[in-house]
Amino acid sequence: MTTGTPMTDASAEDKASGPMLAADGTPLKKSLARALRMEKIRASMLIAPLLLFVLVTFIAPIADMLFRSVENEIVSDTMPLTTEALEDWDGEGLPGDAAFEAAYYDIFLAAEQKNHTRLGTRLNYEMTGASSLFRKSGRGLDDIGEVYQDQFEDLNKDWDEAATWVELLGDPDWLAEQKEWAASEEGRQPRFKLREGMDELLPVTSREYATFARYQQREERKNLLEEEPWSAVHTALYEDLAAGDMSSYNGPRADMLKAADELVAGADFETVTFRDGFEEIDRDWVKPEIWRTIKLYSPNYTSGYFLNSVDMQLTPDGVEARPENQRIYIMLFQRTLFMSMVITFSCILLGYPVAYILSNLPSRTANLLMILVLLPFWTSLLVRTSAWKVMLQQQGVINDVLVWIGLVSDGDRLVMINNQFGTIVAMTHILLPFMILPMYSVMSTIPPSYVRAAKSLGATNWTTFWRVYFPQSVPGIGAGSILVFILSIGYYITPEIVGGTTGTFISNRIAYHISSSLNWGLAAALGTILLAVVLLLYWAYDRIVGIDNVKLG
Amino acid sequence: MPDTGVNDAFVAFERVQKSYDGETLVVKDLNLSLPKGEFLTMLGPSGSGKTTCLMMLAGFETATHGEIKLDGVSINNIPPHKRGIGMVFQNYALFPHMTVAENLSFPLEVRKIGKSEREQKVKRALDMVEMGAFGGRRPAQLSGGQQQRIALARALVFEPELVLMDEPLGALDKQLREKMQFEITSLAHQLGITTVYVTHDQTEALTMSDRVAVFNDGRIQQLAPPDELYEAPQNSFVAQFIGENNTLEGVVKEISGDRCTVQLDGGEMIDARPVNVSKVGDRTRVSIRPERVELDPQLGDESHTLKATVKEFIYMGDIFRTRLSVAGNDEFVIKTRNRPDQRRLRPGEEITIGWLPEDCRALDAD
Repeated sequence: MTTGTPMTDASAEDKASGPMLAADGTPLKKSLARALRMEKIRASMLIAPLLLFVLVTFIAPIADMLFRSVENEIVSDTMPLTTEALEDWDGEGLPGDAAFEAAYYDIFLAAEQKNHTRLGTRLNYEMTGASSLFRKSGRGLDDIGEVYQDQFEDLNKDWDEAATWVELLGDPDWLAEQKEWAASEEGRQPRFKLREGMDELLPVTSREYATFARYQQREERKNLLEEEPWSAVHTALYEDLAAGDMSSYNGPRADMLKAADELVAGADFETVTFRDGFEEIDRDWVKPEIWRTIKLYSPNYTSGYFLNSVDMQLTPDGVEARPENQRIYIMLFQRTLFMSMVITFSCILLGYPVAYILSNLPSRTANLLMILVLLPFWTSLLVRTSAWKVMLQQQGVINDVLVWIGLVSDGDRLVMINNQFGTIVAMTHILLPFMILPMYSVMSTIPPSYVRAAKSLGATNWTTFWRVYFPQSVPGIGAGSILVFILSIGYYITPEIVGGTTGTFISNRIAYHISSSLNWGLAAALGTILLAVVLLLYWAYDRIVGIDNVKLG
Repeated sequence: MPDTGVNDAFVAFERVQKSYDGETLVVKDLNLSLPKGEFLTMLGPSGSGKTTCLMMLAGFETATHGEIKLDGVSINNIPPHKRGIGMVFQNYALFPHMTVAENLSFPLEVRKIGKSEREQKVKRALDMVEMGAFGGRRPAQLSGGQQQRIALARALVFEPELVLMDEPLGALDKQLREKMQFEITSLAHQLGITTVYVTHDQTEALTMSDRVAVFNDGRIQQLAPPDELYEAPQNSFVAQFIGENNTLEGVVKEISGDRCTVQLDGGEMIDARPVNVSKVGDRTRVSIRPERVELDPQLGDESHTLKATVKEFIYMGDIFRTRLSVAGNDEFVIKTRNRPDQRRLRPGEEITIGWLPEDCRALDAD
């Protein structure tokens, strides 16, 4: 082009050589982004409060719930030694003495911290009786330690003194600091430090005393110089003395330690094995079940809650179905899905004609009738549900009328509440507006000329409806159905009030686990499955009908 | 003039009235008949009752009074789907959930026509509107003009003898509209179908129809072929509504045969053809088409000339449109052809205008 201006030449060059440039030479994309940045910032500022609100009240709780359904740190947290000791156990017969020993120290500490009942409750979900077993053990384990504590005290009263132990095990520098602190008891207590070499000479004692010291200093905030150790430390001392040789020791309290060593080596020293101690507390400890359960649930994350939610359980041999009489959740899920479908279907059946009439009336009349549709929203959900109780119960309005007419004899009044029928009736009524509104909004956008066209082409009223009107109202049915179905699948109050035992939903079970049985993990797993089912249905709906076709108004 | 006798009429409205609310009549005493094969247009401003008439004929509205006959049989009580009348709607009303072919097949299916015959007819109808390749598309994938053709094909595919069209070209742009006007008329004549066409566009009415019924206020103001309607409007509404028109108001001073003399409100005297005036002393509205007005007239002695002042000169390419002030009317328009020797008037110029008395019609003053 010979007559081209420089401008057009330049832009032609740009196109050929690289990205489009703005007038000042910056790339056009960058220039555009800069121009729109202010707008974007303003827009995000406007949605920020809602975003934050949703994040805090919706996303975070859901994430927490999802996490709780697999989280299982309580076992490994409360019984770290036992978890370790059971690692190599094959699950056959009883575990070795090491496991009993570890369980002794773990439960002893847990009992002091009052954590053992929580662990018992957790394991009770998986093995009936675990809760009482742990409660009993918390009290009973003292007996084992006291055997040794008494004998050491009989040998030397000083074994009962706090000072003996801090001198024997404590680092001298620490001890000086601790004494200084004890004079005023102000500020932070210096953390207990083991004396060098003690963890080799008295490994178990050192460990147990350190545990004791940590507990006293950090949780009880007691002065370690005045607290005599609990009996688990005496037990540990016995173990160390029985296993090691004290003759070379010449640190503080060497005489006491050597005397105690001699005592332990003597024939008269009374001992009790951990296994016997546990057996004495409860015979269940010498059956493999509890140990298997502890081992199965020792990992930090477990599929146990989810398996429980689908009536399965974790066993050493793998996943298997629960016994017949413990299966409940699959049935509840099925019932929830089935009843939600029935409710959705009855809403379509009842709502379609109403929406049709509304959309074909002049807008004045339609608006008036729309108020009637929305009227239920103005009364409390509880009131509406309770009203159904009044209507449907055996001495209720409907039965009275039926008896009065003579259709039903007074002796056999219909049972219409506290069963599935009651739930379906009440929930259909409550969810009906959610069906009518989207259907109405779709139907009112269908121009009457389609119906006229169909009729002018020779279609009868029915053909016109079925082949022309109905297909175009399907998006409304779809939107209403998905709304009603998702609402009803998680409905709680109405089934709780009118559902009785046969008409309750999975949500009632979730509520039970949240507020009564306190098995939050299971509640979370059930909720997660429910969420997954809803998302799955949504996805399926999107694939089949297309979510773009859903119009809510 | 076609025979309007009721007996051989294909479609006939007899004393039809329609009221929606029981208080006012939307259609007042309508009498109309059209023979087979005619292309009749109902033309009128919105609210004039033309669409209501069409809907009554189609069966979507019932006449409050009177009878509508199709081929001699009263159809008042026949539901729309049994009337066998093809209809094209303003927004096409193509079923959005069906393909083009399914749309066309629909009227054949409800008539229980066999599959192979159906396909054949659909194909023929699509070819007729030159849309043979679009059978598999959805209406939403077509342009406005294409949808219009499909709507036309659908109304014709079941071979109705009467087709109604309710402002079918309203949504199209000007160029396409003109093309479709031609296509629709040639198709209607080719197939020999009777057509009732509703529009508010007078150009459309004039170019397409055998006869035009001009509606206003629930009545037919005039029913005539397009040329007659334009050149010989029977009343001032028709004169105003069809084409551009200049009016001058005055009083009839003298009537003698096909001549009358009117004294305009400004005092000037002009000659006119008495159309809608009955006696001397009546107020009248005189109507002259802009293109019949001559500048600097040399029309002979018998005609009057008037003084005029140029208000505005508009260059429109093929013609010049000049707005004048004549006898107190500032909206008096004349049109002159863009000839090499044509004078271009300037605002403020004083000129003389005149016309043949035959072109100047004395109509009612309403």
